[in-house]
Amino acid sequence: MINNTPSKEHLEYISKIKRRNTLITLCRILILIIFIAQWEITARLNIVDPFLVSQPSKIVTTFFKLMQEGHLLRHTYVTCIETIIGFISGTIIGTLIAIILWLSDFINKVLEPYLVVLNALPKIALGPILIFWVGNGQPAIIIIALTISLIVTIISVLTGFNDVDEDMIKLVKTFGANKYQILKYVVLPHSLPAIISTLKINVGLSWVGVIVGEFLVAKEGLGFLIVFGGQVAQLDMVMLSIIILSIIAYIMYAIVSKIESKYIK
Amino acid sequence: MGKLTLCNVSMTYHTLHTETKTLDDISIKVDEGEFVVLVGPSGCGKSTLLSIIAGLITPTSGSVYLDNKIISYPCNKIGYMFQKDTLFEWRSIYKNITLGLEIRRELTKDNIDFANNLIEKYGLSSFKNYYPSQLSGGMRQRVALIRTLVLNPEILLLDEPFSALDYHTRLLVSDEIYKIIKAEGKTTLMVTHDIAEAISLADRIIVLSSRPAKIKKEFNINLSIENRTPLTSRNAPEFKDYFNLIWKELDKYDK
Repeated sequence: MINNTPSKEHLEYISKIKRRNTLITLCRILILIIFIAQWEITARLNIVDPFLVSQPSKIVTTFFKLMQEGHLLRHTYVTCIETIIGFISGTIIGTLIAIILWLSDFINKVLEPYLVVLNALPKIALGPILIFWVGNGQPAIIIIALTISLIVTIISVLTGFNDVDEDMIKLVKTFGANKYQILKYVVLPHSLPAIISTLKINVGLSWVGVIVGEFLVAKEGLGFLIVFGGQVAQLDMVMLSIIILSIIAYIMYAIVSKIESKYIK
Repeated sequence: MGKLTLCNVSMTYHTLHTETKTLDDISIKVDEGEFVVLVGPSGCGKSTLLSIIAGLITPTSGSVYLDNKIISYPCNKIGYMFQKDTLFEWRSIYKNITLGLEIRRELTKDNIDFANNLIEKYGLSSFKNYYPSQLSGGMRQRVALIRTLVLNPEILLLDEPFSALDYHTRLLVSDEIYKIIKAEGKTTLMVTHDIAEAISLADRIIVLSSRPAKIKKEFNINLSIENRTPLTSRNAPEFKDYFNLIWKELDKYDK
């Protein structure tokens, strides 16, 4: 029952929870401030070497300098696009392959050991080969990002497919459903949570793929900035790129989480 | 011959290591409008029998007749209800109920009207747009029955449809579902291992042995009670006699 006039105990309980939540947020912000402050101070006092660890004020200056030169947005944009294409195509192609494997138990059984091997293989090792195959540019980066997420997607989506309650499949069979109808009415909707949760994993994996890809071939992008900054001993630039990376990665993850909570009740 | 007839049905499962005979020469006849209950120890192959009738598996030997003709699959005259309600959580109650029509591509105006009538008649109108997770266990099982009835089957197969419910709900839901089945005049074959439940519902009880299942005995259930329902049946004077008879039958073959 919903009580319209909450009791005194209930109000106290609510305010206790709220106080706790405020405290948690405060502590989180405080940690960030303390971390940045001690970084700045120790660097200024030369307790740590500002050349090696950079320092917040220099990172901010680099940020504005690069913004004025107009390259930073471009680099960020390039990396974002590569990542988004990487994880969306990884999820779609992986799901399609999982569907084929689900439709044919025979193909599934035949390919099983190959999937296991491919899953265990560090896909980054394929990087140099891929560059030879598709050329020294963006396609190579996207394909590296895709190969990293593809096998994981196939395996986890297929697990989701096989997780479907046998009785549900039996039920639609008594309705006369064929294999494609079973897929459409039972297996796919039932596995939607599994597919979306792979999307979440794939966001993270695609970032790894894209940055490594950019390390290997890029002429632009945040990964390129990191390598370039390292080569010219501009650690401010490297640190800035890493900070931008973590902020964007967090935002993307938050967007996928939003989608997840929208579709999964 | 009856509405539904099983002739010498046997079933053997094969694995690499062994073969298991689950059904041994089962012959059953169910008359039009009759409520027949199969009782047997757990794992004796009762569900296998229903799956064979529904055409989900092919028996090793023997055949199934509907209206004196060998049944051909997929057969849209048979409705199947499971132990779990197997409602689709991502579909509304209405969408769950019309799932069979959608799959058979029979969403005609007549069929939709028929579905809406059943929904109305059995008190589900106000829940049409709810999702399964918002309903109680008993209510969900009622939705599952209506989902089956919407396809207007001539034979209903019930596979322990109440065993996932708690005892109290179970009595109420079996009462309710019995009344709906009788009102719709369906021929029913149910499987259970609950003797009391079987007596309270059945016109006739067939006792199966443990694996491989054979027919051991048949009991016609005649209760001296007016306006029989599963709940009132339990008060009939003959109830405990039948219980003891069937209990002894089952007890013998468990050893």
